Amino acid sequence: MQILMNSVVRKTLMSLTGIAMLAFTTVHLLGNTLVFNGPDDINAYSAGLHYLPTLLWAVRIGLAGALAVHIFFGLMLTLENWRTKPHKYAVKRMLKASFAGETMIWTGLLTLAFLVFHLLHFSFRLVPGSVPAPDFQGRFDIFSMVRDSFRSGPISLGYLVAMAILALHLSHGIQGILQTVGLNNEMSMPWVRRLGKGSALFFFVGYGVIPLLVLAGVGVFAG
Amino acid sequence: MLDVVNEDLIREGKEPIAFDHDCREGICGMCSAVINGVPHGGFERTTVCQLHMRKFKDGDTLYIEPWRARAFPILRDLVVDRGTLDRLIQAGGYISCHTGGVPDGNALPISKGGADYAMDAAQCIGCGACVAACPNGAAMLFVGAKVAHLAVLPQGQVEAPERVAEMIQAMRDCGFGNCSNHYECEAVCPKGISVKFIAKLNREFLKALILAKTGPFKSSD
Ligand code: FES
Repeated sequence: MQILMNSVVRKTLMSLTGIAMLAFTTVHLLGNTLVFNGPDDINAYSAGLHYLPTLLWAVRIGLAGALAVHIFFGLMLTLENWRTKPHKYAVKRMLKASFAGETMIWTGLLTLAFLVFHLLHFSFRLVPGSVPAPDFQGRFDIFSMVRDSFRSGPISLGYLVAMAILALHLSHGIQGILQTVGLNNEMSMPWVRRLGKGSALFFFVGYGVIPLLVLAGVGVFAG
Repeated sequence: MLDVVNEDLIREGKEPIAFDHDCREGICGMCSAVINGVPHGGFERTTVCQLHMRKFKDGDTLYIEPWRARAFPILRDLVVDRGTLDRLIQAGGYISCHTGGVPDGNALPISKGGADYAMDAAQCIGCGACVAACPNGAAMLFVGAKVAHLAVLPQGQVEAPERVAEMIQAMRDCGFGNCSNHYECEAVCPKGISVKFIAKLNREFLKALILAKTGPFKSSD
Protein backbone atom coordinates (compact mmCIF):
# COMPACT_ATOMS: atom_id res chain seq x y z
CA MET A 1 0.00 0.00 0.00
CA GLN A 2 3.03 2.18 -0.56
CA ILE A 3 1.12 3.95 -3.27
CA LEU A 4 -1.48 5.28 -0.84
CA MET A 5 1.24 7.10 1.08
CA ASN A 6 1.95 9.20 -1.97
CA SER A 7 0.78 12.77 -1.52
CA VAL A 8 -0.35 13.26 -5.11
CA VAL A 9 -2.17 9.90 -5.17
CA ARG A 10 -4.03 10.82 -2.00
CA LYS A 11 -4.99 14.21 -3.30
CA THR A 12 -6.10 12.70 -6.60
CA LEU A 13 -8.33 10.28 -4.69
CA MET A 14 -9.77 13.27 -2.84
CA SER A 15 -10.43 14.91 -6.20
CA LEU A 16 -12.01 11.88 -7.84
CA THR A 17 -14.28 11.14 -4.90
CA GLY A 18 -15.09 14.86 -4.84
CA ILE A 19 -16.12 14.66 -8.49
CA ALA A 20 -18.38 11.68 -7.73
CA MET A 21 -20.12 13.58 -4.96
CA LEU A 22 -20.30 16.68 -7.13
CA ALA A 23 -22.07 14.61 -9.77
CA PHE A 24 -24.56 13.48 -7.16
CA THR A 25 -25.02 17.06 -5.95
CA THR A 26 -25.84 18.07 -9.52
CA VAL A 27 -28.32 15.24 -10.13
CA HIS A 28 -29.93 15.92 -6.77
CA LEU A 29 -30.33 19.57 -7.75
CA LEU A 30 -31.92 18.60 -11.06
CA GLY A 31 -34.32 16.29 -9.23
CA ASN A 32 -35.16 19.14 -6.86
CA THR A 33 -36.34 21.36 -9.68
CA LEU A 34 -39.34 19.02 -10.13
CA VAL A 35 -40.73 20.42 -6.91
CA PHE A 36 -41.64 23.62 -8.78
CA ASN A 37 -44.12 21.65 -10.90
CA GLY A 38 -46.20 20.76 -7.87
CA PRO A 39 -46.70 17.43 -6.10
CA ASP A 40 -47.32 15.15 -9.04
CA ASP A 41 -43.95 15.24 -10.78
CA ILE A 42 -41.68 15.00 -7.78
CA ASN A 43 -43.73 12.26 -6.13
CA ALA A 44 -43.67 10.29 -9.39
CA TYR A 45 -39.91 10.87 -9.68
CA SER A 46 -39.31 9.59 -6.18
CA ALA A 47 -41.54 6.56 -6.70
CA GLY A 48 -39.85 5.96 -10.08
CA LEU A 49 -36.37 5.85 -8.52
CA HIS A 50 -37.51 2.97 -6.39
CA TYR A 51 -38.49 0.98 -9.50
CA LEU A 52 -34.75 0.69 -10.21
CA PRO A 53 -33.51 -0.87 -6.99
CA THR A 54 -30.27 -2.28 -8.42
CA LEU A 55 -29.22 1.02 -9.90
CA LEU A 56 -30.33 2.90 -6.81
CA TRP A 57 -28.31 0.67 -4.51
CA ALA A 58 -25.27 0.66 -6.79
CA VAL A 59 -25.26 4.46 -6.73
CA ARG A 60 -25.83 4.58 -2.98
CA ILE A 61 -23.00 2.15 -2.26
CA GLY A 62 -20.70 3.92 -4.71
CA LEU A 63 -21.40 7.28 -3.10
CA ALA A 64 -20.97 5.94 0.41
CA GLY A 65 -17.60 4.53 -0.65
CA ALA A 66 -16.57 7.82 -2.22
CA LEU A 67 -17.63 9.67 0.90
CA ALA A 68 -15.65 7.33 3.13
CA VAL A 69 -12.49 7.68 1.03
CA HIS A 70 -12.92 11.46 0.86
CA ILE A 71 -13.30 11.75 4.63
CA PHE A 72 -10.50 9.32 5.39
CA PHE A 73 -7.88 11.02 3.24
CA GLY A 74 -9.20 14.48 4.11
CA LEU A 75 -8.57 13.77 7.78
CA MET A 76 -5.20 12.11 7.13
CA LEU A 77 -3.91 14.95 4.98
CA THR A 78 -5.14 17.62 7.37
CA LEU A 79 -3.66 15.94 10.43
CA GLU A 80 -0.36 15.44 8.59
CA ASN A 81 -0.33 19.06 7.50
CA TRP A 82 -0.96 20.31 11.01
CA ARG A 83 2.16 18.51 12.16
CA THR A 84 4.40 20.16 9.57
CA LYS A 85 4.27 23.49 11.37
CA PRO A 86 5.23 22.77 14.97
CA HIS A 87 6.01 26.44 15.63
CA LYS A 88 3.56 29.13 14.70
CA TYR A 89 4.58 32.52 13.41
CA ALA A 90 4.12 35.32 15.93
CA VAL A 91 2.73 37.42 13.09
CA LYS A 92 1.30 35.84 9.94
CA ARG A 93 -0.23 37.64 7.00
CA MET A 94 -1.75 35.65 4.15
CA LEU A 95 -1.51 37.06 0.66
CA LYS A 96 -3.56 34.66 -1.41
CA ALA A 97 -5.07 31.95 0.78
CA SER A 98 -8.83 32.27 1.05
CA PHE A 99 -11.13 31.75 4.02
CA ALA A 100 -12.77 28.89 2.10
CA GLY A 101 -9.40 27.21 1.51
CA GLU A 102 -8.27 27.50 5.10
CA THR A 103 -11.49 26.10 6.53
CA MET A 104 -11.87 23.08 4.23
CA ILE A 105 -11.70 20.55 7.05
CA TRP A 106 -14.33 22.40 9.11
CA THR A 107 -16.74 23.09 6.25
CA GLY A 108 -16.27 19.45 5.26
CA LEU A 109 -17.10 18.13 8.71
CA LEU A 110 -20.06 20.49 9.07
CA THR A 111 -21.36 19.34 5.69
CA LEU A 112 -21.04 15.76 6.93
CA ALA A 113 -23.08 16.66 10.01
CA PHE A 114 -25.68 18.27 7.77
CA LEU A 115 -25.73 15.18 5.55
CA VAL A 116 -26.49 12.97 8.54
CA PHE A 117 -29.32 15.26 9.60
CA HIS A 118 -30.66 15.52 6.05
CA LEU A 119 -30.78 11.73 5.71
CA LEU A 120 -32.52 11.37 9.07
CA HIS A 121 -34.91 14.11 8.04
CA PHE A 122 -35.94 13.29 4.47
CA SER A 123 -34.69 9.72 3.89
CA PHE A 124 -35.23 7.89 7.16
CA ARG A 125 -37.86 10.46 8.20
CA LEU A 126 -37.03 10.15 11.85
CA VAL A 127 -37.42 13.85 12.56
CA PRO A 128 -40.82 14.26 14.23
CA GLY A 129 -43.59 15.62 12.04
CA SER A 130 -41.92 14.83 8.72
CA VAL A 131 -44.15 11.98 7.54
CA PRO A 132 -47.19 13.26 5.61
CA ALA A 133 -50.18 11.25 4.43
CA PRO A 134 -49.76 9.49 1.03
CA ASP A 135 -50.79 11.54 -1.99
CA PHE A 136 -53.94 10.89 -4.01
CA GLN A 137 -52.27 8.05 -5.93
CA GLY A 138 -51.06 6.38 -2.78
CA ARG A 139 -47.42 7.39 -3.40
CA PHE A 140 -45.19 8.83 -0.74
CA ASP A 141 -45.89 12.57 -0.71
CA ILE A 142 -42.44 14.10 -1.03
CA PHE A 143 -43.90 17.44 -2.01
CA SER A 144 -45.92 17.93 1.17
CA MET A 145 -43.08 16.64 3.29
CA VAL A 146 -40.68 19.23 1.87
CA ARG A 147 -43.21 22.05 1.94
CA ASP A 148 -44.35 21.36 5.49
CA SER A 149 -40.79 20.97 6.79
CA PHE A 150 -39.58 24.20 5.25
CA ARG A 151 -42.53 26.13 6.65
CA SER A 152 -40.65 25.91 9.93
CA GLY A 153 -38.32 28.91 10.13
CA PRO A 154 -35.51 27.20 12.07
CA ILE A 155 -35.43 24.22 9.67
CA SER A 156 -35.29 26.48 6.63
CA LEU A 157 -32.63 28.65 8.19
CA GLY A 158 -30.62 25.55 9.12
CA TYR A 159 -30.76 24.31 5.53
CA LEU A 160 -29.72 27.70 4.18
CA VAL A 161 -26.75 27.87 6.53
CA ALA A 162 -25.76 24.32 5.60
CA MET A 163 -25.92 25.20 1.91
CA ALA A 164 -23.74 28.27 2.51
CA ILE A 165 -21.18 26.04 4.23
CA LEU A 166 -21.32 23.53 1.38
CA ALA A 167 -20.88 26.36 -1.12
CA LEU A 168 -17.79 27.54 0.75
CA HIS A 169 -16.37 24.01 0.61
CA LEU A 170 -17.10 23.70 -3.10
CA SER A 171 -15.71 27.11 -4.04
CA HIS A 172 -12.25 25.97 -2.94
CA GLY A 173 -12.77 22.31 -3.76
CA ILE A 174 -13.81 22.65 -7.38
CA GLN A 175 -10.85 24.78 -8.40
CA GLY A 176 -8.58 22.51 -6.34
CA ILE A 177 -9.76 19.43 -8.24
CA LEU A 178 -8.57 20.81 -11.56
CA GLN A 179 -5.23 21.90 -10.13
CA THR A 180 -4.66 18.58 -8.37
CA VAL A 181 -5.35 16.39 -11.37
CA GLY A 182 -3.07 18.64 -13.40
CA LEU A 183 -5.70 20.22 -15.64
CA ASN A 184 -4.58 23.77 -15.06
CA ASN A 185 -2.09 26.24 -16.43
CA GLU A 186 -1.42 29.95 -16.35
CA MET A 187 -4.09 30.73 -18.92
CA SER A 188 -6.83 28.63 -17.33
CA MET A 189 -6.07 29.64 -13.73
CA PRO A 190 -8.37 32.69 -13.51
CA TRP A 191 -11.16 30.69 -15.17
CA VAL A 192 -10.65 27.75 -12.87
CA ARG A 193 -11.05 30.12 -9.91
CA ARG A 194 -14.18 31.64 -11.39
CA LEU A 195 -15.55 28.20 -12.10
CA GLY A 196 -15.08 27.24 -8.44
CA LYS A 197 -16.78 30.36 -7.11
CA GLY A 198 -19.46 30.46 -9.81
CA SER A 199 -20.55 26.87 -9.42
CA ALA A 200 -20.54 27.19 -5.63
CA LEU A 201 -22.89 30.16 -5.96
CA PHE A 202 -25.00 28.22 -8.45
CA PHE A 203 -25.44 25.33 -6.02
CA PHE A 204 -26.20 27.69 -3.16
CA VAL A 205 -28.92 29.50 -5.10
CA GLY A 206 -30.27 26.29 -6.65
CA TYR A 207 -30.70 24.57 -3.32
CA GLY A 208 -31.50 27.64 -1.24
CA VAL A 209 -34.36 28.81 -3.40
CA ILE A 210 -36.68 25.99 -2.26
CA PRO A 211 -36.81 26.86 1.46
CA LEU A 212 -36.96 30.55 0.56
CA LEU A 213 -39.93 30.09 -1.77
CA VAL A 214 -41.70 27.87 0.75
CA LEU A 215 -41.24 30.48 3.46
CA ALA A 216 -42.48 33.17 1.08
CA GLY A 217 -45.44 30.91 0.20
CA VAL A 218 -45.38 31.72 -3.49
CA GLY A 219 -46.42 29.67 -6.56
CA VAL A 220 -46.97 25.99 -5.94
CA PHE A 221 -46.12 26.47 -2.28
CA ALA A 222 -49.02 28.86 -1.65
CA GLY A 223 -51.85 27.74 0.60
CA MET B 1 19.34 47.15 8.57
CA LEU B 2 20.25 44.02 10.50
CA ASP B 3 23.92 44.91 10.00
CA VAL B 4 23.33 48.22 11.74
CA VAL B 5 21.46 46.52 14.57
CA ASN B 6 24.27 43.99 14.90
CA GLU B 7 26.98 46.66 14.90
CA ASP B 8 25.16 48.38 17.73
CA LEU B 9 24.82 45.10 19.58
CA ILE B 10 28.52 44.35 19.16
CA ARG B 11 29.42 47.83 20.35
CA GLU B 12 27.32 47.25 23.43
CA GLY B 13 29.17 43.98 23.97
CA LYS B 14 26.11 41.85 23.17
CA GLU B 15 25.72 38.82 20.92
CA PRO B 16 24.78 39.85 17.34
CA ILE B 17 21.72 38.31 15.65
CA ALA B 18 22.62 35.41 13.38
CA PHE B 19 21.04 35.58 9.92
CA ASP B 20 21.74 34.09 6.51
CA HIS B 21 22.85 36.17 3.55
CA ASP B 22 25.32 35.96 0.72
CA CYS B 23 24.96 37.79 -2.58
CA ARG B 24 22.80 40.62 -1.30
CA GLU B 25 21.54 41.22 -4.81
CA GLY B 26 18.54 38.92 -4.84
CA ILE B 27 19.98 36.01 -6.81
CA CYS B 28 21.45 33.46 -4.43
CA GLY B 29 18.47 32.60 -2.23
CA MET B 30 20.48 32.61 0.96
CA CYS B 31 18.65 35.36 2.83
CA SER B 32 15.58 34.15 4.63
CA ALA B 33 13.38 35.97 7.07
CA VAL B 34 9.70 36.46 7.58
CA ILE B 35 9.01 40.17 7.81
CA ASN B 36 5.71 41.20 9.38
CA GLY B 37 4.20 37.79 8.76
CA VAL B 38 5.26 37.31 5.12
CA PRO B 39 8.42 35.53 3.94
CA HIS B 40 10.69 38.12 2.30
CA GLY B 41 8.27 40.83 3.41
CA GLY B 42 5.57 40.52 0.80
CA PHE B 43 6.77 43.00 -1.81
CA GLU B 44 6.52 41.65 -5.32
CA ARG B 45 9.54 39.65 -6.48
CA THR B 46 11.73 40.91 -3.66
CA THR B 47 14.12 38.96 -1.47
CA VAL B 48 14.86 40.13 2.04
CA CYS B 49 18.26 41.43 1.00
CA GLN B 50 16.59 43.60 -1.63
CA LEU B 51 13.92 44.82 0.75
CA HIS B 52 15.19 48.29 1.56
CA MET B 53 14.30 50.35 4.55
CA ARG B 54 12.78 52.97 2.28
CA LYS B 55 9.81 50.63 1.94
CA PHE B 56 8.93 51.36 5.55
CA LYS B 57 7.94 54.50 7.35
CA ASP B 58 9.83 56.02 10.24
CA GLY B 59 8.60 54.49 13.48
CA ASP B 60 7.15 51.35 11.87
CA THR B 61 7.40 48.16 13.90
CA LEU B 62 9.09 45.22 12.18
CA TYR B 63 8.50 41.62 13.20
CA ILE B 64 11.39 39.52 11.93
CA GLU B 65 11.10 35.75 12.26
CA PRO B 66 12.93 32.77 10.81
CA TRP B 67 11.34 30.36 8.30
CA ARG B 68 9.12 28.12 10.39
CA ALA B 69 8.49 24.56 9.18
CA ARG B 70 9.22 21.10 10.52
CA ALA B 71 11.45 20.42 7.53
CA PHE B 72 13.58 23.51 8.31
CA PRO B 73 14.96 23.15 11.85
CA ILE B 74 16.10 26.45 13.32
CA LEU B 75 19.86 26.51 13.86
CA ARG B 76 20.10 29.85 15.53
CA ASP B 77 18.15 33.12 15.58
CA LEU B 78 17.09 33.64 11.95
CA VAL B 79 19.21 30.83 10.52
CA VAL B 80 17.42 27.62 9.54
CA ASP B 81 18.75 24.39 8.07
CA ARG B 82 17.42 24.10 4.52
CA GLY B 83 19.32 20.89 3.84
CA THR B 84 16.03 19.12 3.11
CA LEU B 85 15.80 21.11 -0.14
CA ASP B 86 19.14 19.58 -1.12
CA ARG B 87 17.77 16.14 -0.28
CA LEU B 88 14.88 16.77 -2.63
CA ILE B 89 17.32 17.65 -5.40
CA GLN B 90 19.39 14.58 -4.63
CA ALA B 91 16.25 12.48 -4.99
CA GLY B 92 15.77 13.40 -8.61
CA GLY B 93 16.45 17.03 -9.44
CA TYR B 94 19.26 16.22 -11.86
CA ILE B 95 19.96 14.49 -15.16
CA SER B 96 22.29 11.54 -15.53
CA CYS B 97 24.75 12.01 -18.36
CA HIS B 98 28.37 11.49 -19.25
CA THR B 99 30.55 14.41 -18.38
CA GLY B 100 33.17 15.44 -20.85
CA GLY B 101 33.47 18.07 -23.50
CA VAL B 102 30.84 20.77 -23.74
CA PRO B 103 28.20 19.63 -26.25
CA ASP B 104 27.66 21.70 -29.34
CA GLY B 105 25.21 24.52 -28.63
CA ASN B 106 22.65 23.70 -31.30
CA ALA B 107 23.07 19.92 -31.40
CA LEU B 108 19.84 19.40 -29.49
CA PRO B 109 16.93 21.31 -30.97
CA ILE B 110 14.68 22.83 -28.29
CA SER B 111 11.60 24.84 -29.13
CA LYS B 112 11.47 28.46 -28.10
CA GLY B 113 8.29 27.81 -26.11
CA GLY B 114 9.85 24.89 -24.28
CA ALA B 115 13.02 26.80 -23.54
CA ASP B 116 11.04 29.75 -22.14
CA TYR B 117 8.88 27.49 -20.03
CA ALA B 118 11.90 25.67 -18.61
CA MET B 119 13.62 28.98 -17.94
CA ASP B 120 10.61 30.30 -16.01
CA ALA B 121 10.74 27.23 -13.79
CA ALA B 122 14.52 27.27 -13.49
CA GLN B 123 14.44 30.75 -11.99
CA CYS B 124 14.00 29.23 -8.54
CA ILE B 125 16.82 30.33 -6.26
CA GLY B 126 15.98 27.71 -3.63
CA CYS B 127 15.38 30.16 -0.79
CA GLY B 128 12.54 28.10 0.70
CA ALA B 129 10.09 31.00 1.08
CA CYS B 130 7.41 28.79 -0.51
CA VAL B 131 7.73 26.29 2.31
CA ALA B 132 7.85 29.04 4.92
CA ALA B 133 4.67 30.63 3.58
CA CYS B 134 2.72 27.41 3.03
CA PRO B 135 0.28 26.73 5.88
CA ASN B 136 1.00 23.04 5.25
CA GLY B 137 4.78 23.36 5.09
CA ALA B 138 4.71 21.81 1.62
CA ALA B 139 7.52 22.02 -0.92
CA MET B 140 5.34 21.55 -3.97
CA LEU B 141 6.35 24.77 -5.71
CA PHE B 142 10.04 24.00 -5.30
CA VAL B 143 9.65 20.42 -6.54
CA GLY B 144 7.11 21.42 -9.18
CA ALA B 145 9.50 23.98 -10.64
CA LYS B 146 12.30 21.42 -10.79
CA VAL B 147 10.15 18.65 -12.25
CA ALA B 148 8.57 20.96 -14.82
CA HIS B 149 11.89 22.50 -15.83
CA LEU B 150 13.49 19.12 -16.52
CA ALA B 151 10.38 17.45 -17.97
CA VAL B 152 10.13 19.82 -20.92
CA LEU B 153 13.77 19.54 -21.95
CA PRO B 154 15.05 16.57 -23.96
CA GLN B 155 17.88 15.95 -21.53
CA GLY B 156 15.44 15.64 -18.65
CA GLN B 157 12.69 13.72 -20.35
CA VAL B 158 14.50 10.37 -20.17
CA GLU B 159 14.25 10.18 -16.40
CA ALA B 160 11.07 12.22 -15.98
CA PRO B 161 8.82 9.43 -14.60
CA GLU B 162 11.35 8.22 -12.04
CA ARG B 163 12.26 11.78 -11.09
CA VAL B 164 8.75 12.87 -10.23
CA ALA B 165 8.03 9.72 -8.22
CA GLU B 166 11.29 9.90 -6.29
CA MET B 167 10.94 13.58 -5.51
CA ILE B 168 7.38 13.19 -4.22
CA GLN B 169 8.54 10.34 -2.00
CA ALA B 170 11.45 12.47 -0.77
CA MET B 171 9.05 15.30 0.17
CA ARG B 172 7.29 12.93 2.49
CA ASP B 173 10.53 11.53 3.91
CA CYS B 174 11.87 15.03 4.59
CA GLY B 175 8.77 16.03 6.56
CA PHE B 176 7.15 18.42 4.10
CA GLY B 177 3.35 18.65 4.06
CA ASN B 178 0.71 18.16 1.39
CA CYS B 179 -0.40 20.95 -0.94
CA SER B 180 -3.95 22.16 -0.41
CA ASN B 181 -3.96 24.79 -3.15
CA HIS B 182 -3.70 27.96 -1.08
CA TYR B 183 -1.10 29.40 -3.49
CA GLU B 184 0.69 31.33 -0.76
CA CYS B 185 3.93 29.94 -2.21
CA GLU B 186 3.42 31.72 -5.52
CA ALA B 187 2.47 34.92 -3.73
CA VAL B 188 5.74 35.11 -1.77
CA CYS B 189 8.14 33.67 -4.35
CA PRO B 190 10.80 36.31 -5.01
CA LYS B 191 11.14 34.93 -8.54
CA GLY B 192 7.40 34.86 -9.23
CA ILE B 193 7.31 31.13 -9.97
CA SER B 194 3.78 30.14 -10.93
CA VAL B 195 1.68 27.40 -9.34
CA LYS B 196 1.10 26.15 -12.88
CA PHE B 197 4.27 24.15 -12.23
CA ILE B 198 2.50 22.38 -9.36
CA ALA B 199 -0.26 21.37 -11.78
CA LYS B 200 2.50 20.20 -14.12
CA LEU B 201 4.06 18.17 -11.30
CA ASN B 202 0.72 16.49 -10.60
CA ARG B 203 0.19 15.91 -14.30
CA GLU B 204 3.67 14.41 -14.74
CA PHE B 205 3.15 12.08 -11.81
CA LEU B 206 -0.30 10.90 -12.86
CA LYS B 207 0.98 10.39 -16.38
CA ALA B 208 3.84 8.26 -15.12
CA LEU B 209 1.44 6.34 -12.93
CA ILE B 210 -1.13 5.70 -15.65
CA LEU B 211 1.52 4.64 -18.14
CA ALA B 212 3.06 2.50 -15.36
CA LYS B 213 6.38 3.94 -16.34
CA THR B 214 7.77 4.39 -12.94
CA GLY B 215 8.38 2.91 -9.60
CA PRO B 216 5.71 4.43 -7.36
CA PHE B 217 4.45 0.85 -7.16
CA LYS B 218 7.79 -0.44 -6.03
CA SER B 219 8.69 0.18 -2.42
CA SER B 220 11.16 2.93 -1.67
CA ASP B 221 13.69 0.86 0.29
S1 FES C 1 21.40 37.34 -0.03
FE1 FES C 1 21.37 36.43 -2.00
S2 FES C 1 19.26 36.54 -2.45
FE2 FES C 1 19.33 37.63 -0.63
